[in-house]
This record gives sequence, structure tokens and C-alpha cells, in this order.
Amino acid sequence: MFTSPKSRFPALLFILAFAMYAAFFEGLPANAAARTFDQGLEKLTQKDFNNKIQGLEQIVQSKDPQVEKLLSALLEGDLYYTQKDKEVVYATKSDGQYTTTGVLSNDVTQQVGSRSIRKIGINNNIRKKLKGWLSLLQLYHGPPRERADAVYRLLGKLSPDMVDSLKDLYEQETSHKVRQALATAIAIDTLKTGNNEAKLSALSQLKGSLHPAVKTGLINLINEKTSEQVQKKATKILQRIESRIAFYGFLETLFFGLSAGSILVLAAIGLAITFGVIGVINMAHGELIMIGAYTTWVIQQLLPHHLGLAICLAVPGAFLVSALSGIVIERSIIRFLYGRPLETLLATFGVSLVLQQAVRSVFSPLNRAVSAPDWMSGSLVLNPILSLTMNRIVIFFFCLFVFGALFLIMKKTSLGLQVRAVSQNRAMARAMGVPASRVDALTFGLGSGIAGVAGVALSQLTNVGPNLGQAYIIDSFMVVVFGGVGNLWGTLLAGLSLGTANKFIEPFSGAVLAKIIVLVFIILFIQKRPQGLFPQKGRAAG
Amino acid sequence: MIQPLKAFREFWPRDRVFDFLIPEIPPVLDTSHRVILYLEGISVSFDGFKAINDLNLYVDKGELRCIIGPNGAGKTTMMDIITGKTKPDSGIAWFGQTINLLSRTEPEIAEAGIGRKFQKPTVFEAHTVFENLELAMASDKRVVPTLFSSLTGEQKDMIDQTLEIVGLSESFKSRAGSLSHGQKQWLEIGMLLMQKPVLLLVDEPVAGMTRQEMEKTAELLTSLAGNRSIIVVEHDMDFVRSIARKVTVLHQGSILAEGNMDDIQNNPKVREVYLGE
Amino acid sequence: MKRLSFIFDDKLGIPLLIALGAAMIMVPVLNLMVPETNFFHVSTFTMSLWGKYLTYAMLAMAVDLVWGYLGILSLGHGVFFGLGGYAMGMYLMRQIGTRGEYGHPILPDFMVFLNWDKLPWFWHGFDMFPFAAVMIVLVPCLLALVFGWLAFKSRVTGVYLSIITQALTYSLMLAFFRNEMGFGGNNGLTDFKDLLGFSLLSDGTKAGLFAVTAGCLILAYLACRYLVSSKLGRVLAAIRDAEDRVRFLGYNVETVKLWVFVFSAGLAGIAGALYVPQVGIINPSEFSPLNSIEIVVWVAVGGRGTLYGAVAGALVVNWAKSYLTGALPDAWLFALGALFIVVTIFLPKGIAGLIRLRKEAA
Repeated sequence: MFTSPKSRFPALLFILAFAMYAAFFEGLPANAAARTFDQGLEKLTQKDFNNKIQGLEQIVQSKDPQVEKLLSALLEGDLYYTQKDKEVVYATKSDGQYTTTGVLSNDVTQQVGSRSIRKIGINNNIRKKLKGWLSLLQLYHGPPRERADAVYRLLGKLSPDMVDSLKDLYEQETSHKVRQALATAIAIDTLKTGNNEAKLSALSQLKGSLHPAVKTGLINLINEKTSEQVQKKATKILQRIESRIAFYGFLETLFFGLSAGSILVLAAIGLAITFGVIGVINMAHGELIMIGAYTTWVIQQLLPHHLGLAICLAVPGAFLVSALSGIVIERSIIRFLYGRPLETLLATFGVSLVLQQAVRSVFSPLNRAVSAPDWMSGSLVLNPILSLTMNRIVIFFFCLFVFGALFLIMKKTSLGLQVRAVSQNRAMARAMGVPASRVDALTFGLGSGIAGVAGVALSQLTNVGPNLGQAYIIDSFMVVVFGGVGNLWGTLLAGLSLGTANKFIEPFSGAVLAKIIVLVFIILFIQKRPQGLFPQKGRAAG
Repeated sequence: MIQPLKAFREFWPRDRVFDFLIPEIPPVLDTSHRVILYLEGISVSFDGFKAINDLNLYVDKGELRCIIGPNGAGKTTMMDIITGKTKPDSGIAWFGQTINLLSRTEPEIAEAGIGRKFQKPTVFEAHTVFENLELAMASDKRVVPTLFSSLTGEQKDMIDQTLEIVGLSESFKSRAGSLSHGQKQWLEIGMLLMQKPVLLLVDEPVAGMTRQEMEKTAELLTSLAGNRSIIVVEHDMDFVRSIARKVTVLHQGSILAEGNMDDIQNNPKVREVYLGE
Repeated sequence: MKRLSFIFDDKLGIPLLIALGAAMIMVPVLNLMVPETNFFHVSTFTMSLWGKYLTYAMLAMAVDLVWGYLGILSLGHGVFFGLGGYAMGMYLMRQIGTRGEYGHPILPDFMVFLNWDKLPWFWHGFDMFPFAAVMIVLVPCLLALVFGWLAFKSRVTGVYLSIITQALTYSLMLAFFRNEMGFGGNNGLTDFKDLLGFSLLSDGTKAGLFAVTAGCLILAYLACRYLVSSKLGRVLAAIRDAEDRVRFLGYNVETVKLWVFVFSAGLAGIAGALYVPQVGIINPSEFSPLNSIEIVVWVAVGGRGTLYGAVAGALVVNWAKSYLTGALPDAWLFALGALFIVVTIFLPKGIAGLIRLRKEAA
């Protein structure tokens, strides 16, 4: 940005920037510095944006210890000046009142009304400059990781004199990380300014770097008229970088796909049980997910300062609440309708309407936000172009965990055995002494409980509202039907593959069309294979 | 102007039509070799379980054949194959000399003249007895003719006759769902008769019948044989004995023995697997 | 006389037909001829409201035909209703001409807004009413034909079929929400001016629309009644009760299902086309799965498997909906939900079943 050729006052800016950096890195006598700082502050209170820029440049030159705080406050919109004597102050708003602290007299704190101070407005140009200065300032202190990040932020925005100072910095720097970052920055500059030999060695330095600025630098280099050797090497490296970027892009899409798929699996797997094992079409499944999400929200309201604990408690909590709701639904409505799947569909749809409206009446129709604990926020940065959000990673593994637990319940416990027996031959199971109606209730409870658990996961991704469940019910049915009714593995595979397919189609068609394409595909697929991917075996299936 | 037209005419003479426009004339049932049903080398398996294994069965025109066999011997599956519900993995199935059963759908096979009575009596419970027979009646069963069809006097007489044969004249107005189990069996046999089939497949016709009803059924089936061919699958040995001329024993999807009732009863293999000795 | 027995055998249908016929004549008369101060005056609002209910009744009949008689629970009939409605909406849009906000002679407002410079190909011809009228029936029928052909040929039945019909309406809803589709996106089609030269704002047109709707409903009822009391109607119910048996009797079950499904879709399309000018808007929410499933509940409440039940159900439930959403807005979803539950558990044959029970008891 400092050398932005399209800037309105290129010459002026260049001279100013030059002067500024010279001053910045050499330092001014203390008195002069203080004066510059004060002058700069004064200019900030003027209306004209160019004056503000001048003022800011003076402030940066002054090397005042407050510079960083001041710049970030300005960027955040927390910097004001008083109407009366144009004093620049930091201000924070609370209850319509502002608490101000003077920049120069930073021990004076005052409560003032909104009329007596004015915000210092900035435009995009200033915002960009502020960000650049801030990252430059960060080069000088802080842990190596942050300093390296600051260098990376500056990539591609460096002016020649800045590069010189980076070179100095490189000589003094001890941290490997920061040296690496600086070397990349310098090499990018060498691509523009160095001789052929220097360019070649810079190219070697940049081999395999994924930073966007490297790519831009290489493209510029190739477009320039340079020696054939350099051209060749640059093209080769660019190709290598592009193929790596494509590969990481693929990984990223895959990750998003698996993440979307794991959510589908979570939402659908409870349905796979109620639909596949006891033949009930539970249209209220989405609302049981919603109940799980609301349970999470309520637990978080009760434990506002222990977000992690709240989430951990919400898993069993939501399971219990949803499972109990499910059992109530089963005992009061569904048990009258066994063997009539279309009727269960209609009745449970009624239940879903009632539950939605009940939530609207109790919690209000507005969406609620559930906050994420620390270990679920932020993202895992693998390289400049691939970073995975933590909450999605956690949810993916959570989904596998839920699937595993459910699989064990169905295969290893006596409840699972009874459930499978009842689903295969109700009359025979009853004759063998399996309490069929209790098994029905427990199975339905289990499926509903898992819906609740899915709600916990969903609350981390979207807002919690009365329509939360509705959005997932059709997709969930698609997953169950696609995977083959009554087959847990089928549900897992179907959910993950549908989620992934969706994300891979999205770049070509947009999100909505991708969804339509997947739906149409499933409609066609069901018509080709009505039993899904993994049909139930044996004659009973026909 | 004329030239391209001529060229086109030569390329596509006027007496030629597209293949798909040629109406398919369904082959007529041809039983000139006296055999009405050929099943040769039929095998079918469900998920690795061989329900039918290299089955060969020939039924003559006018024959009344009984098929017995323990549970899981493949009797119902065999009927499914004949009526087009299940397609076998290998083998051939012909109805007379001309009709390939494997390339036809269920309705086509039914139209060709094969009627089937299910193991579990299946009648239309919401309809009256009369309507059940009306629906089964041999007639044009395409959509539009069905929409505009009305009963002729002749057809009514035919239904009345059938009602009499199956002994349901009194209850022709009652809903089929309200009939007793035995009556439902009879109604289904009546529906079969209305179809005027050449080959009847009858799956366990006397299950749930009283002795008297059973005798009546036996009488009916024997009287029908001759004009029609009948395949009866039955568990009740007394019943089989009372009607059977030729008996086939199915075991594990293939034929274990074939012959008259006495031969079968004295066959040591049959005694071992079926009669439990 | 015997030819018409399909009408006279319908003991509960006759009073309904008479009532509809009377409404067709009397309601417009009471609206146009009787002064507003008179007790017997029917307000235009009430008339349009009931006109809307009558289109719903037609839609309910279409659903009843496939669900009540044929046993196919379609959770996507809103699609056919909506498509018919869109076809009508497109005609009405083209009639606006230069009277739109942007005054473009050909392009509807939303296209001008989206900076489109020419009419998409599928909008051509909709300026002619006969073409639009054909499309109103043809488009839903074609979709039903393709969808039904795929579904029935591969013997998708029962719950699976219900779920994929729901997926069908859901995907169409998503598609129609997109601006790129060329159907006005979110906002749909609205701001209609006139129909066949009659201003849609005038009471006379509204009265005429009401009468036409009632007339169409009567005709549709008679057509459906003829269908279900024919031998084909008995085949339908037979397919519902024992599909395999019908097949072994020599009927081509798939073809029967397909044609009845297509007929029902066409009926729903006509209902949609009558609905649009009376409410003055059509938008993608008509395709929402909730809408389609609501139709099912009308039929369930009225009594599936009886045509008059479907008509009565649609009228009663929608009247209750209008009343409740006005009086107790929060209560409507509770009531609708409860209706689903109560009807499926306690009243599987709906109101019609209750009436018949009473008749049989008497």
C-alpha cells in the first residue's frame, strides 16, 4: 500500500513515506519527537482526510510509546476529540455515557455525554495505512510467532526503504521463524529489484512458499522481460506453487465437505434408528435436535463463566432432555400407530409444529447465540492458505465418537440385541420374551437423545432458533434413505459423501444449486435403487 | 426440388416405418407339444442363499400338478419366477412354445393367461365380493378402457356364475374384508376363475378351511383340470392325496422326486427330508 | 339416468354440489347487487377469501385422489399448485405492460431491476392467454409425468415416495428462490393489473373469478367423481389395498398410477392458476414443504377416500386458520399440530368417517 501506484497523490505520498521511514528508523531527538506527536494529534481533529494522514504520519515518526495504542484505538473507532478544546481522547461507551481518557493527559478520566465529544472518522485509505503501520510496529516486539505473522502481513506491500530496514532486522534477528519470514519478504523484493543472479537465488528461497504475495511476485517477474534462465525457473516454481495451492484447496474443500457431512450424519443417525429399526417416520426429529440446541443454550446461561464445562455438560444434558421428550412422544402418540408409517409421518409432523410453537412461546421467536469455549474457537493454521476452524474439527471427531458409541450400543449391549430382534421379527421377539413395547420406547428415546446431542453440535455452528430443526429434517431423511434404511454404516457413508459432494459442487454452481443438484441426484438414485446404498439383507427386505 | 425428395424416398421408402412404430403383436400361446410350462436350469439366490438351484420342471397342458416340499424349499419363489415377480439369475422359463416369461412383466404374464392365488388370501377388502370378481374379470385392462367400461349382461352372468361356483352368491354385496378366512380363499379362487387363465398357480388353497370346505375345494380344482393346467402348492397331505395325479417334491431349491402319490410316499429320500423319517 | 348414476349415488356429494352451485350464483349476486348496508351483503374481502378456499378445495381433491384412492401420500403437491400458479402469474405479469414501475413494454419490473436486457426464452408466449392456459395444465402434468414415470417404474412406494416428493418440492422451492431462475426470486410475481382485459381490482372481476372458481370446482368434482366411481376408480382403491394382487390380475399398476398422478397434478395446476389472480401474488413459499403437508391435513381432517370429505376439509381447516391467525396468532400452529395428531390417531377417516358412522348407526 505504501507504493500503491494508483494512489491519488503518488509523488507526495512517496516523499512523505520516505521521510517518515527515515525518521522512524533513525529516531528524532526527544523534544522534537514530542512536538511532532502533539502536532500530529492536532491534525487528527481536522475534517480533511489528507490532513489526518499527515497527522498520523507525524505521530508515527514521533516514536512515542503511545503510538501503537493510539493507532489501534483509531482503527477500532475508539478515538474521539472533545468539542470544547479539541483534545484527543480515548472513549468507551456505556449506558449512553462515554468514559474518556485523554491521550496526552492519560490519568484524567471523565464521564461525558455523547454531545460533548466527536469520533475521529477515518476512511478506507487511512484504515489500510493504519493496518500497515501496526504490523510494522509489531515487528519490533512481541513473541517470534507474532512478529513472523506481522512480516507476512506486510508481504507485497513493502517499499524499497522498508526492505532495507527488514534486511537490517534480518541480520539481528535470532528467531528462526522470523528470519524465515524476513527472508521471504526480502526475496520477493529481490525479484523486482535484484540482478539476474540475485533473482535466481531469491527464486530458490521462495520455492514452495504458499503466500499469495509470492505468487503475485512470480507472476510479475514472468511478465517482465528478464533472462530466459530466470523466466524458466520462475515458471517452474510458479507451477509448483500453483499445484500445491490447488492441492491445499482440494484439502480445504474436502475438510469443509467432511465437516458438513459429519453434521448431516449427526442429524441423520438418530433418524436412522427410529426410521430403520422401528419403522417410524419421525418428522419431529428436527425439533428434537432443536431441543438439544436449546438445552445447550440454557446450560450456558446457567454457567456463563464456564463455557467449556457448559458444553461438556450439555452433551449428556441434551441427550437426556431430548430422549425424555422422545419417550413421551412415543408413549403418548406413536405407539398407537405402529405398522402405519404414513400415519406416524403425519402425527409426528403435528408434534413438530407444536414443539416449534412451544419454543417460540417460551423462548421467544428470536435466534439465540451460543458462545464457543476457547478450545473450540479460532482455527488451526497449517499454512498461509489452509486453515481449519477448530469447531468444525471438534464436531467432526464428535460425530465419529457418537457414531462409535451408537454402534457399540447396537452391537454389544442387550438393548441393542433386543432392538435388532424386534426390528427383524416383532412377533417372534415378543414370543422369546423381549418386552417389545419397552424396547420401542427405549429405541425411540435413543434416537431422540442422539438428535439432542446433534443439537449441541449444531448450536456451535449456527444460531439457535425455533426453525433450527426444520432446516435439517429433509436432508436427514435423504441421508438415511440414500444410505439404506436400518444401516448405520450406510448412514455414516451417505452423510459424509453427500456433505462432501455438496461442497465440491458448490464452487461451480453456488450453494443453492449444489443443494438442488444433490437432492435431484438422490431422487434419481432412490428410483434406481429404492433400498439405498446398503439394502437390508434377506427376503424380509422385499 | 424433386431430386432430394426422390433421394429421400429411395433412402426411406414409403412402405417402411420405424421399428418402434411397428405394433408388437403378442405371440399366441402355443401348446402344440402338449407342454404348457417349461422351467429349465432356473437358479436364483438372495444374498448368497440359493432359494432355487438348477430347477427343471415341465407341466403338461390340462395337468393338475401338486408341489410339496418343506419350508424354504423354494415353492413360493418358484411361483414368483413364473409370474414375473422375481427374475432368476440363470435359466429359462417359457409359457408354451412362444411366450418367454422372463422378458415379461407381471401384468403381461397375467394377460397371457397365468393366474395366481397367493399363500395368504389376498382380496380387496374395501370392495364388495361382486366388485372383487368384476376387477378380476378378463377384459381390456388398459387405463382408458377401464375408465369408460361398463358391465354387459353377459359379463354380469359370468360373475353370477362364478359367485355360485365359489358359493358366495348370498354375500355378493358384502365387503370382502368381512368374509371368513375360508370364504376369502374361495373368493380368491373365484377371482382366479374370472381371469380365465390357462395355467393356475394355487398357493396353499385350503389353509384355514374346514374339512367340508376342503373337500369342496378339491372337487373344484379337479373339475377345472383338463381345460386348464393347475399347479397346486400345498402342505396338507390329505388334500394332496385327494387331488393329486402327479406330485413333485421340492427340496433346497431343486426337485427331489417326481411321480404319483404312492411312489412319492415310498421314496426313501422323500421320507427322509420331508416326512421326517 | 343410469349414465349419471355416478352423481346420484354420491349421497353426501349432492348437497355439497348444490351448495357450491348456489354459492357460485348467489355470492357474486350478494356482493354486486345488494347494497353494503344490507345484512345479506357479502363483502369483496369475504368473497375473495372464500374464492381462495375453493381453490384449496380443488387442490385437496387432487391430493385425495392420489392419497385417499391410490394410496400415494404425496408431500409435494404444492409443486403442481405452485407451477400452475406461476404459469398464470407469468401471463398476468406480461399483461402489466408499460404500467410497471419501470414502464418497460416487455420486461417485467424484476427483470429490469436485475438489469436483464431481454426476456428469457421460457417467458415467450405468456402474453397470450390461450398459451398460458395450456401451460397451466401442461407444465404440472409434464413434471408429474417425468417424476411419476421415474418413481413408479422403479416401484418406489410408501414412505420412500412421500419423502422424495417432499424433496422435490423442497428443491423446487430452493430453485425458485434464486433470482437467476427468472421467476422473480424471493418476491415472486405480483402487482398484477388485469386478466383478459378485466381489472383485477374491480369487484366485478373478483365476483367473476369467484364464480369461475366455483364452477371449475364443480366440474373438477364431477370429473373426479366419474373417475372414482368407474371401474378404474375401483382399480385405484384395489391398488391402494393390495398392489401385487392387482398386478397379477393383469392391470398395469404403474401406468394406472402414472396417469392418475398426472391428472391430479393437472387439477392442482388449475387450482393454482385460479388462486393467483384472487390473492394477487405467487412466490416460492408456495413450494415450501410445510404448505404441501398442510394440504394433506385438510384431506385427513375431511376424510380421505371421499371427495366431499376433501372439499369440506379444505374449507373447514382454512376457515379455522383464518379465524385463529386473526384471533389468537400464537395458537394456530398449536391447533394445526394438534389437528394432525388427533386426526391420525382418533379420526383416521376424518369428518366424513364420523358422518358415515352416524348414518350407519341411524
